[in-house]
Amino acid sequence: MSTYLTEETTQVTDAAVSTRLSSLDTLESEAIHIIREVVAEFEKPALLFSGGKDSVVMLHLATKAFWPGKVPFPVLHVDTGHNFPEVIDFRDRTVERLGLKLVVGSVQEFIDRGELAERADGTRNPLQTVPLLDAIQQNKFDAVFGGGRRDEDKARAKERILSLRDEFGQWDPRNQRPELWNLYNGRHTVGQHVRAFPISNWTELDIWRYIERENIELPGLYYAHEREVFARDGMWRAVGEVSQPLPHEEVITKTVRYRTVGDMSCTGAVESDAYTVADVVVEVAASTLTERGATRADDRISEAAMEDRKKDGYF
Amino acid sequence: MSTDTLAVQGLETALPTTLFRFATAGSVDDGKSTLVGRLLHDSKAILADTLDAVARTSADRGFGGEKGGIDLALLTDGLRAEREQGITIDVAYRYFATDRRSFILADCPGHVQYTKNTVTGASTADAVVVLIDARKGVLEQTRRHLSVLQLLRVAHVIVAVNKIDLVDFSESVFRDIEADVQQVGRELGLGRDELNAGGITDLSVIPVSALDGDNVVERSERTPWYTGPALLEVLETLPAADELESHLESFRFPVQLVVRPQGALAPDAVAAGLDVEAYRDYRAYAGQITEGSVKVGDQVSVLTPGQAPRTTTVVGIDFAGKSLEEAAAPQSVAVRLADEFDVARGDTIAAAGTVREATADLYAALCWLSPKPLREGQKVLVKHGTRTVQALVRSVSGKLDLASFKLEGASSLELNDIGHAQLRLAAPLPLENYLHHRRTGAFLVIDPLDGNTLAAGLVKDHPGDHEDERYSI
Repeated sequence: MSTYLTEETTQVTDAAVSTRLSSLDTLESEAIHIIREVVAEFEKPALLFSGGKDSVVMLHLATKAFWPGKVPFPVLHVDTGHNFPEVIDFRDRTVERLGLKLVVGSVQEFIDRGELAERADGTRNPLQTVPLLDAIQQNKFDAVFGGGRRDEDKARAKERILSLRDEFGQWDPRNQRPELWNLYNGRHTVGQHVRAFPISNWTELDIWRYIERENIELPGLYYAHEREVFARDGMWRAVGEVSQPLPHEEVITKTVRYRTVGDMSCTGAVESDAYTVADVVVEVAASTLTERGATRADDRISEAAMEDRKKDGYF
Repeated sequence: MSTDTLAVQGLETALPTTLFRFATAGSVDDGKSTLVGRLLHDSKAILADTLDAVARTSADRGFGGEKGGIDLALLTDGLRAEREQGITIDVAYRYFATDRRSFILADCPGHVQYTKNTVTGASTADAVVVLIDARKGVLEQTRRHLSVLQLLRVAHVIVAVNKIDLVDFSESVFRDIEADVQQVGRELGLGRDELNAGGITDLSVIPVSALDGDNVVERSERTPWYTGPALLEVLETLPAADELESHLESFRFPVQLVVRPQGALAPDAVAAGLDVEAYRDYRAYAGQITEGSVKVGDQVSVLTPGQAPRTTTVVGIDFAGKSLEEAAAPQSVAVRLADEFDVARGDTIAAAGTVREATADLYAALCWLSPKPLREGQKVLVKHGTRTVQALVRSVSGKLDLASFKLEGASSLELNDIGHAQLRLAAPLPLENYLHHRRTGAFLVIDPLDGNTLAAGLVKDHPGDHEDERYSI
């Protein structure tokens, strides 16, 4: 290797290394900067909050960004009607603890009114888009925080930190604004809104290490527990009201946990003996499957499943 | 799910890793996707289900012929929109980690709008890997890439001479290319800056085969004449930009917002024992330290456009319930000041006596990123730090020929052009030369009509101010 690196530069480096922020501190600082930018520049932001680990981390970061003040925006949950009851309970306790306003968009109500049709495969994740856009419009939210991460999916790998959506909530991957330095351009016209992804640069392992370090509470189903399950599509599916085994699908009790928490009708559990957050960190570090590949039926529909949903306004 | 005992032990003993951001830039067909795929694959960042999908697609497309194997380029395969066009249209971000570092890779496509993509990727990068095809050597596009990286002040540039297997691992081919790269470096004035202010500070050249993995993660036995480190080793050991800068630069803190809860204290903080009386009149300025560091007791100046700098003392640095004695870039904190000034978003808090007067005359290099051209007399918005102001484009004074590094006459700028312009701002800003201030010397030019980003701007000194001639691009 030929190099111009001078001796002086090397010495500076040695002195500085010891005081350098860890990667988690750097990611935390970046996320807080983005959250504050959005709150300062937008009229009416909201945070998508499902009770899933990424949205829980987002909310935790927001509490740190505005300490000792309250989180200055409401949380928005798009309820598929097929959520795990313990997750809804966790959501309500969290909202109460932090004194937040909760806005709920209900997939069930849209189905009941005949404005959405149940899918043949029974999964309701893709149905969230319409109630989401409706809630954004009704409440005049001009910025919506999401816990999307670029490591989740190849469509998300190309997502901006501030992502402009048109009047129909659509994402146009061919026409995104360049994002330079730490200067975020959130300008939009009436009817448009912006999705903000402050934890874009975090990986699944970063999320878990941060949950461990900050001692953040999560819904219990993220940790190993006994549950009645049956095998479908190579995943363990929980037995529940909206998730019933077919006659040939045998129900057994297994020790499982969830890597992602979504709609019961499409989220699978993985066999695991990770009972604590430290166990999960170890497990995720050694995992050989991506979290969406392991646990999300909706992302297995096609190679471009997420891309198609995002173009339609999904988060 | 299985856990691996070795991985478990490694995890328990590992020190906290640090973050390193790098970008890749290359020309058409130089094997960049394969190199990125190789880095991800060999650093074990690709999980089994992704690999299975790629292996299936590779087999479907008959990749590898008799040798079989997988097409690593598919690992970075992007959107359907891109596959339909057969090109990569946008920067993609990838993540992988080693025991020492977590990496954020901005994969910048080289086909269309390469300047836009390179500028975007380089703006946050600690290092950039530029690819050269060993059979083709230094191309005009290589010169363009290096010139953009020099302009954007990317400290470390690694030139990967790829497809070294296709020139039979020839040392003489490599040495010729290496000499050409160093010649371009000299033309750009690299490596002569003892203060590490401005431009590329080091330029490494490595022979690699992305397809076979030579010198990517592991050193290759097939290039015995090359005694330097493999690409990943270089990426693991280079200092990140904030390691080099935060200890040399003066404190800069653009105020994002004022934290002043009045009655509205966080219920969880109150439940945890926060003294409600003591925090009734809490007032702090929240932001991210862009440069340098600050200690409690430091003298600082508050810079508000249109007002003389006001000097006061830092009495507290808070972060989420913790009081810090000291903080440095890139930390996000809240700063309390001794005097109750009127400080608002858009103001900058800086180490006292280190900033020059705010100015409404902006001389800049502009990287034009929009299909709409820049014209003299146009009205635009300038976003600098946490402030956005209106601006008038007074004149365009030239356009850079990226291949010859010379400035040519021009009166407008078009997509992918880099040129010089003078703007008049509606309010004075504390502008600083980008050469010495990678954050406070940067700004965006925004279209007031549709809000789109038109250009990346780099602040230059005013004519007549001393400026190093080497960087007169």
